[in-house]
Amino acid sequence: MYYNVFGEKVSRRRFKEMQEAAKNRRELIAAGLTSRRDLFKMGLLTAGGMLIAKSGLSARAQTQIPAGSPTQIQTNNPPSSGSSTSPGTNQNCAPSNQLASPNTRAFISPLPIIPLAATVPLSSLNPQPTNAPNTAAGEVRAFPHQGPTNYHNLFPDANKLSVYYRFTQEQFTTSQMSPDLPPQTIWGFNDGTGTRSPGPTYRATYGVPQLTRNINLLPTITPVNDTGFGVASVTTHLHNSHNPSESDGNPCDFYTNGHFCDQYYPNVLAGFSTQQFHNTGDINESLATLWYHDHRVDFTSQNTYKGLTGFYCLFNNLDTGDETTGFRLPSFPQFDIPLMFNDKVFDQHSGELVFDLFNLDGILGDKFLVNGVIQPFFQVSPRRYRFRMLDTGPSRFYEFFLTGNVGGTGNPTTNPFFLIGTDGNLIPKPVQVTSVRIGPAERVDVVVDFTNFAGQTLYFENRLNQINGLGPVAVDSALFPQNSPNTECVGINNNPQPAILAAGAGNLILQFQVTGPRVRDNSLPPSKQTFYTLPTTTDTPRVVRTFKFDRLNGQWSINGQFMDCSHPRFTVQQNTAEHWLLTNLTGDWTHPIHIHLEEHQIMNRNRVAPTVPADIGRKDVTQLHPNERVELFFRFRDWLHKYPIHCHNVVHEDHAMMALWNIEATGDTVLVP
Amino acid sequence: MAVITRRKFLSFTAAGPLAVSVLSQAAASTPSGSTELTAPERARQRIQQQHLPNLPLITHEGKNVLFYDDLVKDKVVSLNFFFAKCEEICPLVMANLSKVQKILGDQVGRDIFMYSFTLKPEEDNAAVLKHQHEMYGAGPGWTFLTAKPDDMEHLRRALGFTYPDPAIDKDKTQHIGNIRFGNEPLTLWSACPGMAHAQWVAETLEYIIHPERSRVQRP
Repeated sequence: MYYNVFGEKVSRRRFKEMQEAAKNRRELIAAGLTSRRDLFKMGLLTAGGMLIAKSGLSARAQTQIPAGSPTQIQTNNPPSSGSSTSPGTNQNCAPSNQLASPNTRAFISPLPIIPLAATVPLSSLNPQPTNAPNTAAGEVRAFPHQGPTNYHNLFPDANKLSVYYRFTQEQFTTSQMSPDLPPQTIWGFNDGTGTRSPGPTYRATYGVPQLTRNINLLPTITPVNDTGFGVASVTTHLHNSHNPSESDGNPCDFYTNGHFCDQYYPNVLAGFSTQQFHNTGDINESLATLWYHDHRVDFTSQNTYKGLTGFYCLFNNLDTGDETTGFRLPSFPQFDIPLMFNDKVFDQHSGELVFDLFNLDGILGDKFLVNGVIQPFFQVSPRRYRFRMLDTGPSRFYEFFLTGNVGGTGNPTTNPFFLIGTDGNLIPKPVQVTSVRIGPAERVDVVVDFTNFAGQTLYFENRLNQINGLGPVAVDSALFPQNSPNTECVGINNNPQPAILAAGAGNLILQFQVTGPRVRDNSLPPSKQTFYTLPTTTDTPRVVRTFKFDRLNGQWSINGQFMDCSHPRFTVQQNTAEHWLLTNLTGDWTHPIHIHLEEHQIMNRNRVAPTVPADIGRKDVTQLHPNERVELFFRFRDWLHKYPIHCHNVVHEDHAMMALWNIEATGDTVLVP
Repeated sequence: MAVITRRKFLSFTAAGPLAVSVLSQAAASTPSGSTELTAPERARQRIQQQHLPNLPLITHEGKNVLFYDDLVKDKVVSLNFFFAKCEEICPLVMANLSKVQKILGDQVGRDIFMYSFTLKPEEDNAAVLKHQHEMYGAGPGWTFLTAKPDDMEHLRRALGFTYPDPAIDKDKTQHIGNIRFGNEPLTLWSACPGMAHAQWVAETLEYIIHPERSRVQRP
């Protein structure tokens, strides 16, 4: 008599099959063939992810697997548009079950204006910065600074710069979030004037290279962690800077207390090493609103949520920060205000900041913070303001409206404003809009004119309907772009979910009290402004690469593979153009995809040229919606070595939706890295 | 079966005798002897109450253990789910974990404890798990566990091995293939795909065992 492991009687033939299966499996283990790719290569795995039954990998293979794919699931939503799309499963129609925060009062604390970062003299950096990494002194950097090493005529040595910063990452206790909550012990940046979160705002200038020494002074990990989340090992990424890789803040190069990294920010225009834009770079690649944040692999969501974020504003002789010169945008920092948006959750009983550590999908908070304060108010003068709006996540998307007449007689009003920049880059011409959508890590620059609102109260209101961490409620891709009244959640649990909520029914996040004094406004009306032209996208790409963003048994993947700090996937050739096809064939998830070093332009979404203003412009994060294929144009220039591509829903990012790639003098042509 | 939402589950544990015992235990163990917990103690307790229930489990050797007290408390752990009859992802993840175990060597069972829980406790009794344990060449620091089905379901939900859509969540062929890892006393928790390169999974776990280590950039 023969039995299987479940104690069931089996035939001799079946018993032999089982033994064979166990042997095969042991052989696979011994041969190291355990990745999906390996098995696929060996012909042991089908494209659908099924192990091939006949190979006898499973002891139940012969008798268990039916003809159809067992991964097929019931869905109750209509088929999506297009032929190559997969049905969604409406997972983003199910509200998350996160606990609610305690009550906090809205609009009782003023909006903090984040102070500018303080420079330090070279003498305060001990030991002095060196071009080669000072490993002996505790520096964590593998490459010499590429600027002075490879382009000595353009970039001074690390110890001969005119601008230095000394930033420490430190733990501190703050009561700023809300007077209705206890003091919170979180993490922030200290430029020498005190630790804060958001960290101090850099005011940087093109043509003036600078160096920041980032020193980790977070409490040693033992014995305890005050919030129960976050790991005290860091790597600070300057998001969207055209930076050499050793100063980029790579996720895999994290360091703990007492170590430091000298980050050399060249503040140089992309293309400076090409023939076309020799030494100067392309003015049409100018960046304006950047941000810095911790990027520690596996822990980015926790560490940024815990406070390790800040702004970096970059100016040139056109975008000057002075409203009487250049483009004549509202003056920085009085009328040009960085606004950092994020959502958080607090423990119902203790009021302490909490983070759902055991969530794989994405997390939402029920408290909305701007510059570190829950629902602040901001007294403005009746004039134009520039706002640099950043969503630091972890997982929430926003659609901001400028809402007036809340609580008055009649309905709330929706007021227009001007979009002037996407992902921190000025677009060719300001566009008048009634709303603007951003996802995690994206930025928009807008100009709001309060001139005609003296004495009134307005709000930045988020009306985007998002009920769990996956992304906004499903929008049928055929109806995309935005503001569709019709979502795929219609009919789910008798609980139709509109994509956009009614005016006044969303989250009132920032209150503007137009009660400031009448002051002179020398800025130019946006309707009369023009900025940079877009760089061409007609270069023939050297290679067209495909990136499929997917989820395999709950594991976030790119082209079926997972993050590995030791294995870069492909190599781009320096100073060449490429097209990247980002595809999301799942019906559910929205992924904000971020690529380091170079910006891109969106050539098309599902073969249709971009139509919404936020898609026309230079980007460093592109929202990849359900069932979408987005084609991006890139030029990869100037700097060498390693960078990542990743999802900036930081919960997805931390669970391996990331890949490393290199840029070198000679590249490869791997099509599906 | 009615779907148990996380909120329902949390309210259940918060009100139940289990939470009370965890609470009193944590309070009694404060260094000062007072019942006032420090912030880190509160944070650790919050994670305990919400995610690390002290449920009874049975090892592949037939031993009765408690999840929090015996398996997780004061330890560095890796946690994943599988089942014996699983056709698709389990063989890949379990074989991968087998490689991870080899790479970590004698750290497993000393510095880190690996636990694999069955998703089908009604099928996988201790004897089945013992067979699986042998098949994957699992060593002494890697324990396979079963439990009463309701308890295992609670554990799966508490540890976040779930999908938002209940229909998908019920389909065990789509079960979450991630490895959750944590350093319980230091409240360091994250997760990685079970099918990531074994070498990188092992390295990731070593940074949780030794969170004071920096990773020096390599060319």
